Amino acid sequence: MAVLDERAAARRLAERFGFGPRPGEQVPSLEALLSPGGARQAPQLAPLSKGKKARAEQERRLVIWWLDRMVADDAERLTWFWHGHFATSEQKVRDPALMLAQNETFHRLGRGGFTELAKALVVDAAMLKWLDGNDNEVRSPNENLAREFLELFALGVGHYSEQDVRESARALTGWTLDKKTGEAKLHPKRQDREPKQIFGQTADFTAESFVDLVLGRPESAAFVTGRLWFRLVSPTPPPPDVHQRVIAAYGPGRDIQAALRAIAGEAAFRDPAATIVKQPVEWLVGLLRASGLTASDLDEKKLLNGLRGMGQLPFRPPSVGGWPSGGSWLTTSASVARLNLARLVAQKAKPEALERLRETLGMDTWSDRTKGALDGVAKDPRELLAVAACAPEYVVSG
Amino acid sequence: MNTVTRRRFLTLTGVTAAGALAVGASGVDWDSLMTAAAENPLDPGAGVLVVVTLYGGNDGLNTVVPAADRAYQDARPDLAYQPEEVLDLGEGLGLNPGMKGLKGLWDNRKLAIVRGVGYPRPDHSHFRSMAIWQTASPDTSVPSGWLGRWLDASGADPLRAVSVEPVLPPLLAGESAAAASMPVGGLALPKGALGEAFAALGTPVPGEDPWRAKATRSIGDLHNAVRILGGAAHEESGKDDEDEKRDKGASAGGSSGLAAQLDLVAGLVEAGVPTRAYSVSLGGFDTHSDERGTQERLLAELDTALTPFVQRLQGSDRGKQVTVLVYSEFGRRVRANASDGTDHGTAGPMFLLGENVQGGFHGEQPSLTDLDNDDLKATTDFRDVYATVLGDVLGTDPGRVLPGHTTRLDNLIRAAG
Repeated sequence: MAVLDERAAARRLAERFGFGPRPGEQVPSLEALLSPGGARQAPQLAPLSKGKKARAEQERRLVIWWLDRMVADDAERLTWFWHGHFATSEQKVRDPALMLAQNETFHRLGRGGFTELAKALVVDAAMLKWLDGNDNEVRSPNENLAREFLELFALGVGHYSEQDVRESARALTGWTLDKKTGEAKLHPKRQDREPKQIFGQTADFTAESFVDLVLGRPESAAFVTGRLWFRLVSPTPPPPDVHQRVIAAYGPGRDIQAALRAIAGEAAFRDPAATIVKQPVEWLVGLLRASGLTASDLDEKKLLNGLRGMGQLPFRPPSVGGWPSGGSWLTTSASVARLNLARLVAQKAKPEALERLRETLGMDTWSDRTKGALDGVAKDPRELLAVAACAPEYVVSG
Repeated sequence: MNTVTRRRFLTLTGVTAAGALAVGASGVDWDSLMTAAAENPLDPGAGVLVVVTLYGGNDGLNTVVPAADRAYQDARPDLAYQPEEVLDLGEGLGLNPGMKGLKGLWDNRKLAIVRGVGYPRPDHSHFRSMAIWQTASPDTSVPSGWLGRWLDASGADPLRAVSVEPVLPPLLAGESAAAASMPVGGLALPKGALGEAFAALGTPVPGEDPWRAKATRSIGDLHNAVRILGGAAHEESGKDDEDEKRDKGASAGGSSGLAAQLDLVAGLVEAGVPTRAYSVSLGGFDTHSDERGTQERLLAELDTALTPFVQRLQGSDRGKQVTVLVYSEFGRRVRANASDGTDHGTAGPMFLLGENVQGGFHGEQPSLTDLDNDDLKATTDFRDVYATVLGDVLGTDPGRVLPGHTTRLDNLIRAAG
């Protein structure tokens, strides 16, 4: 197999494990990309107000804050990944403070053991609201959270029976949201303490022991590491031997960071064919970096409209299945939205960033077609930036 | 099923890599197709299909309601509608009270209801079941949508099918062709040197990476589509109300603003755009709790979007050729859960609307007492409905799109003219 040269491989790592290079800076090392990053100063969100306007305002603040964090810190890349994996939407949660609390959990636990992360998520307040865990009680289990946990978060479709779903729902009973504080609490009266039979094992499973049972299933490690691969490396699954090594690194501790290190060390990670279409948020954050900007520098409404037009607003994944991928981001309408957003960024780009644009984006390796297109706007560095941002070589991470 | 299936579904939410490669590498002469489309607008006699996807699993039993059936009342003591609450359709069935407009269309014989539609060995996963409906392949996982395969079979002109959403649904992705997507927001491209440079990015590069080839094609498609459609300007509605009364049941996909989507579709049809198939969607039907209010609101949204759309289309020759097809990935469990909602089930009704449908009931109503593990048994295979619209609306041999499927529904679509 051919592999990328050092320079291209370093760029790929910076784009897949982070949000891409900044003007005039060294490409970050793997260790830097895997580090927990700097401290977060989360926005103070006032207690939930009933007003739609106030809620929408909080949500906008949250989105801009998170985009700014992504521009500032590669550690947010994993937080972003987990947001897509445990996809929860403000559309139904309707409480930005709960979305933020969930996001803090992704950030805090997203680079340690998957067990702790999964245990936190099955009793996460936003998740309980999102998947009707709040309505799941002993007298009548609600299957929504149990089913999606098995199918989308931990095992993958086909690795459980309908009976497993029904019994799993019983294991997750009793967790509700405190109406005053919005915190998740266990209500023993609503909890099913009878034995449940899941995957052929009979015990009084609770949320915690249920997660241990599920993550101990033989398919779980392959599923979770496969999702990392799918989003960070390629929509084509890894070759079986590569996948086995990544699973071994993930190990009994379900060590996310070790799995990522193993992925980055594989020759398959340097396969030129392992291209991936950048998600709109990843594309935008990388572009803001290359322009010397942060999300707060732009007109908020236009910025959010741009992302909406491209089909991706943070905190609003389209379904519990998470974000689309690949060709879904390459529609005619997304192309228009992308160009408009690129022009918005280009208007504000810092002059010193514009001077280094060719180097920052690595334009010297682009096709003659794209170089020719860029020649047409070479006189205007801001137009050059807008066109470069829409070039297939930039929209798709090589 | 295995994890590969799930991955395939995700890959499938756009054009498959194989498709992008085939089209990018073979260098389809897009321009000549587009010019032909511009010079030959939609034949006023050609059928047009509008597919409405209801994401989340719409509760069929509370849509077309067997209100007088004792078994229905017993299974859903707090969720059931009473016979006097529903809009009577005859045969012991009534429409959900939120669907007054559709009741009017029913009375005018413009609404056909196919009962008990599903497929063998139903899957209870939103994503698998939606993939099955959109690929029309219940038994094996295939990397193309059913209308995508129709596109493959009828030429690669992306304007033959249009999705009015930012993201292309898998049903419109073929092996080698895919629909264009045209969001309600309308399109506007820059002029001058910037516009020229941007357009130049749409020139294919031989041997380009498949995803980059797809990105290239999307820019080329965009310019061609805008040239044809002239950048329809249209204000998106409801942007500030994204959550208004849509909080429950929203975790399984789909978009809102159905009325605006259909409005755009009607404008495109009337303008003679040579598109034969459109896709629109409405989400929020995953009603595990507090179902009644949520579903009634959603069905009312469906009703207030579809009714004027169908009425408007009756006012033009091209509009009269439009048939609307409405489906969801599954119905719900017969018995309610104690959250005043329902869990994932199986068969449900499909709606077809328009000038050319044979109004009334089609297919058998599933039994509420002879169940399969608490779920309804399907009486009609959805592929029978697909085969019918492929043949009678799109004028295509269904065998080319639904390999190995030979049955269809008689008398569902009336002979045009």
